[in-house]
Amino acid sequence: MYHYDEYDHALVQDRVAQFRRQVERRIAGELTEEQFRPLRLMNGLYLQLHAYMLRVAIPYGTLNSPQMRKLAYIARRYDKGYGHFTTRQNLQYNWPKLEETPDILAELAEVEMHAIQTSGNCIRNTTSDQYAGAAKGEIEDPRVWCEIIRQWSTLHPEFSFLPRKFKIAVTGCDDDRAAVKVHDIGLIMKRGEGGEAGFEVIVGGGLGRTAFIGKTIRDFLGKEDLLSYLEAILRTYNQLGRRDNKYKARIKVTVHETGIEEFRNLVEEEWRAIKDSSLKLPKEEIDRIAKHFEPPAFRVLEDEAPDVDARMKSDPGFAAWVHHNCVDHKIAGYEIANISLKPVGQPPGDATADQMDAVADLAEEFSFGELRVTHSQNLVLPHVERAQLPALYDKLAKHALASPNVGLLSDIICCPGLDYCALANARSIPIATRITERFASQERLDMIGEMQIKISGCINACGHHHVGHIGILGVDRKGEEHYQIQLGGDASENAALGKILGRGFSADEVVDIVEKIVDIYLEIREDGERFIDTYRRVGQSPFKEKVYGTA
Amino acid sequence: MALLERQGESAATIEDRFTRVDDESALPASGGILVSLPRFQADREALLAREGELGVWLASNESPRDFEKADLGKFALVALDFPTFADGRGYSSARILKERFQFKGEIRAVGDVLLEQLPFMLRSGFTTFETEESGFLEGFKAVVSEVRVVYQPTGDGRATAIDQRLSRG
Repeated sequence: MYHYDEYDHALVQDRVAQFRRQVERRIAGELTEEQFRPLRLMNGLYLQLHAYMLRVAIPYGTLNSPQMRKLAYIARRYDKGYGHFTTRQNLQYNWPKLEETPDILAELAEVEMHAIQTSGNCIRNTTSDQYAGAAKGEIEDPRVWCEIIRQWSTLHPEFSFLPRKFKIAVTGCDDDRAAVKVHDIGLIMKRGEGGEAGFEVIVGGGLGRTAFIGKTIRDFLGKEDLLSYLEAILRTYNQLGRRDNKYKARIKVTVHETGIEEFRNLVEEEWRAIKDSSLKLPKEEIDRIAKHFEPPAFRVLEDEAPDVDARMKSDPGFAAWVHHNCVDHKIAGYEIANISLKPVGQPPGDATADQMDAVADLAEEFSFGELRVTHSQNLVLPHVERAQLPALYDKLAKHALASPNVGLLSDIICCPGLDYCALANARSIPIATRITERFASQERLDMIGEMQIKISGCINACGHHHVGHIGILGVDRKGEEHYQIQLGGDASENAALGKILGRGFSADEVVDIVEKIVDIYLEIREDGERFIDTYRRVGQSPFKEKVYGTA
Repeated sequence: MALLERQGESAATIEDRFTRVDDESALPASGGILVSLPRFQADREALLAREGELGVWLASNESPRDFEKADLGKFALVALDFPTFADGRGYSSARILKERFQFKGEIRAVGDVLLEQLPFMLRSGFTTFETEESGFLEGFKAVVSEVRVVYQPTGDGRATAIDQRLSRG
């Protein structure tokens, strides 16, 4: 993974000192809260319902063991002993004290981390495939390009006051685990006519109040042109994006209102003017960054691991964990092991400091010290020898980290909701925990199979409800928490937005309704059909009829 | 209200050579003037023929692209308005003026111009700053040198991290 050089270090350290001065001015009363607000937001510090919240960037979801230990240390020393992994592969601390936030940032800088641009109307942390560097069928490790984008976008003078926030996602293979089609810009690595690697560029996707699937603005972009093309898109958006209404300010609306053809013309015109400028990436720099992402020293192993097969036969819990949480690695004899942060009855994505320390140790023992955060709020050990899976599983189980439910119904994506967030209309965490309690039986989860439930506590859609197979949206109805259900969303390479089923439900009813929907699916599914396949085959009607009791 | 000019790594207060002339007023006989884009478009010939320096003021929803390139060479000043600090269109306009159109005159930030935005403005090509913020002059030097490294090439000529890495060999 990437390691800072002297320039990267200097920038982050200077930034910490700058923020320390700003906080001191705020505490001394030289800055009003109104003046301080944009400054703290540029360092990821929000003011929530009950306290400040600090959002730490985990660039493209990759971190190493020392970084994870530092996150654990901060959780213990400066917070209440836990942290929350988010759908943008970041980490949030829910209870930091304002006066201590510069110290937290200084601690982070020691391990090459920061909170720059995790908030505000700027280019946010670039997200990527959590299996990057381990996935089968990858054209190149997309994190090379994420890191290049991270540096280019950091304190970008022209794009720090955009009409609205701006999110870029990059994937290196056809299986899209980074939801690139619902980002402001999505980059899919592909090969050009001469076999050279480059990008398909997608623009104008997004969730929130008005959800759009992104559109292809360029079929193929050469690698060295990445930054000039991004700059052309951002410049066009910065000038054209609406600033009269924050709900219409994202690039998805700009693209929709301008039309993709016209928008493309404007971008291409801009691009021609800057294509051959100093934004063109020198090969030496691409190579320098790529070197940081060279594969670890994999051993030559047999694909078969008889001990693992034997353990799977004798231990159904282990078998379920291997089956659901482990994914084929590109190297023979290795597996990608997902660590579920979705135990029954717990807030999705939360991890205690002790768990973080444990995972850091396990990463060193089993996965070359490398870790990933997924957009579904789980963790990943990307490079585990298949023969080591039983040992890993046993150690995970000791820390309540062995829930065998990745990709299953209880692997719920959920925003912080009204328990923490100042924007929320309704709580989302209690709905998630109650659903996991209702579906606590592993046998039942296995029988239901792949199912994605996604819950947002307001229309801003941090819980990605639009792209859940079952999406749940919290709304405020006359002062009461109320929940709308959507069906048929999909965040994969077959991206689709869910459709609202009908009138919403109270907090008391909503878990029963989810159960009813699941039961209908089980009744009508054909052999081997996932929920989303059944839904695509039969549409909304059967669900609607049973849920609302109407014809 | 103060007008500051960048001078190397610090700044100095300067006299405003330009008188703002609103769209209905008659043009003063001599001296520098600053007019809006609609006024320039309506009175283009008279303004270009006039003695004295000419500056044009652009609202944040107006663009340097709204000028004929040949006209730009005749302006001594383009003022870019920030109706609020959060409206960042002026940064793009400044870069287009300086980097695309090679504009050599004064690029002035006007409106909600705050010290904390200064590093971004300098990198984008602004040369003067009209501000109401007290402490702007005193804070200038500290704020400008606060972050030593830049990642992006802009027209300000600063060596980026990539430049430094490559020259280091």
